[in-house]
Amino acid sequence: MSQPNDISFQNISFQYPQGDEWALKDVSFHIEENEWVAIIGHNGSGKSTIAKLMNGLLTPQSGRIHIKGLEVNEENIWEVRKKVGMVFQNPDNQFVGTTVIDDIAFGLENHGVQRDEMLKRMKYSLEAVKMEGYENHEPHNLSGGQKQRVAIASVLAIEPDIIILDEATAMLDPIGRNSIMETVDHVRSERDVSVVTITHDLNEVLFADRVIVMNDGEVWKEGTPREIFNLHKELGEIGLDTPFVTQLSNSLKSEGIVLNQEPLTHKELMDELWTFYSRT
Amino acid sequence: MDILFENVSHIYQKNTPFEFKALEEVSFHIPAGSFAAIIGHTGSGKSTLIQHFNGLLKPTSGHIRMGDFNITAEKKVKDIMDLRKRVGVVFQYPEHQLFEETVEKDIQFGPKNFGLSQDKIDSRLPEVLKSVNLPEGLLSRSPFDLSGGQMRRVAIAGVLMMSPDLLVLDEPTAGLDPRGQKEMMDMFSRVHKETQRTTILVTHSMEDALKYADYVFIMNHGKLVMEGTPLEVFQKEEALNQVGLAVPEVIKFLHAFESRFGQSIPFKGQSIQELAKEMTEIVRRGVKDE
Ligand SMILES: Nc1ncnc2c1ncn2[C@@H]1O[C@H](COP(=O)(O)OP(=O)(O)OP(=O)(O)O)[C@@H](O)[C@H]1O
Ligand SMILES: Nc1ncnc2c1ncn2[C@@H]1O[C@H](COP(=O)(O)OP(=O)(O)OP(=O)(O)O)[C@@H](O)[C@H]1O
Ligand SMILES: [Mg+2]
Ligand SMILES: [Mg+2]
Repeated sequence: MSQPNDISFQNISFQYPQGDEWALKDVSFHIEENEWVAIIGHNGSGKSTIAKLMNGLLTPQSGRIHIKGLEVNEENIWEVRKKVGMVFQNPDNQFVGTTVIDDIAFGLENHGVQRDEMLKRMKYSLEAVKMEGYENHEPHNLSGGQKQRVAIASVLAIEPDIIILDEATAMLDPIGRNSIMETVDHVRSERDVSVVTITHDLNEVLFADRVIVMNDGEVWKEGTPREIFNLHKELGEIGLDTPFVTQLSNSLKSEGIVLNQEPLTHKELMDELWTFYSRT
Repeated sequence: MDILFENVSHIYQKNTPFEFKALEEVSFHIPAGSFAAIIGHTGSGKSTLIQHFNGLLKPTSGHIRMGDFNITAEKKVKDIMDLRKRVGVVFQYPEHQLFEETVEKDIQFGPKNFGLSQDKIDSRLPEVLKSVNLPEGLLSRSPFDLSGGQMRRVAIAGVLMMSPDLLVLDEPTAGLDPRGQKEMMDMFSRVHKETQRTTILVTHSMEDALKYADYVFIMNHGKLVMEGTPLEVFQKEEALNQVGLAVPEVIKFLHAFESRFGQSIPFKGQSIQELAKEMTEIVRRGVKDE
């Protein structure tokens, strides 16, 4: 049998009890092991709903969800939640410990991690989010960005098979955000883990292997970041945008500069300009 | 509203094991009518600072003047309700300011509480909903049964309803989709100009600071370390890096362009299209020279 997908959504439709419309309409997609997928889409397009379905916080009216081959249902729910580490938009609802270190320890104890291994993981996860020295602070009294960092540390520490970050870096500055993404990327290079980042930050999208674009409760498009950001006009129509480099590239093209590939990073664009400059 | 801080320090949970100095001897003046941005890395004291503007926090030492109001450690703020009526704060996490049963009640809470007539409230509501792009269909929903970006819009609407003299925005675009971010900032900027109010924006978006603010303050570990116009401040790439901040992407790119092509394009607020023109000229010249 071939390797099952890490996450699979088959024809998922979901409506909130209080909602007057379907939040998700016949949504299907797969995420492979060790894949990093970014989910983007306008406000209310259904991204957080997808995240909550992934660990069984919500149950779809129709369709089936599998996590690592396990169907997400009442019977498997605890098994599923052990595999999925999730950070929400607002970490306040997620803190369980009275201090930062307790909060991280709590998750580890729940996962039955041994004492000395616990200490090791608490240390590296706090370092990974640059919150060393805040061990004895109360999570609720941290700054907005510090809360997000600690919530991310708690999830990194339990080393889940699947990491879901739902706008988990929205309160960080660009450098902080980048450093968290690099940490996650590093984790992925060391062990098998799939990553789902839900974000409005276009530069964060560039870390992903693949992008799922949501629009009005439906999957609008799937593709690599390069493919997706090539659709600048269409993205604009559904409330989205392209990164600075894409915008500048497009303006340069309209000035007659020939770019061979769609650049995504500063360096790629600079190299393309250099090629154009030095061609004879 | 004129804002004056003189040697303001703030210590959280003083005389407990959790004691933490979040602001240290901060002094500045923001003239009425300014659009000022406050920038700084995680935990540098931005949210602490702005919560002093409406007396939610009081300085541990130092003196604050907000228009005619005085805020110090010793005295109770006189007419604090009046101050809160004139200073509208949009908090960093919208959940912290939503609490009513329905979106509609939530948006109306502030103005009702401060004695605005129902007529006035009713007449302002549609306009405010439009300016934050919130569908009327959501009015009867609980504010907690919304998506993150929708909650953000409700929180902003509630503050706009009060038409405050001073509008304080703590990361107001976090959670908004790209179009929403742009529309919201354009709206703040438009209303700022129309009403000649004072606007304070706490942001991690250097792009927004550059585009919308006329003055920028940089915080680091509770201290005010730099101030100036956005163009002045954002030219100091090294100094910003030292306090853990990056310059706006456009400026970073122009600096890299200069070191690659040996020609500088000074940034004066050009649009991307205008910059592309200037770059094209330089890059084409290279081709001709060859
Ligand atoms: N608890 C709830 N009850 C009723 N409707 C809800 C609830 N939570 C979300 N919704 C609705 O479901 C739709 C999808 O919401 P969801 O939170 O998945 O959006 P999102 O893509 O995460 O948006 P955002 O970018 O704003 O976070 C929205 O229209 C929202 O109003
Ligand atoms: N109630 C509190 N008790 C103790 N310390 C606190 C409290 N609130 C904030 N702090 C600390 O004060 C410092 C400044 O926090 P503040 O919220 O002002 O930062 P900020 O600049 O807004 O950061 P961010 O960009 O992450 O939102 C932080 O180190 C934080 O941990
Ligand atoms: Mg969401
Ligand atoms: Mg803050």
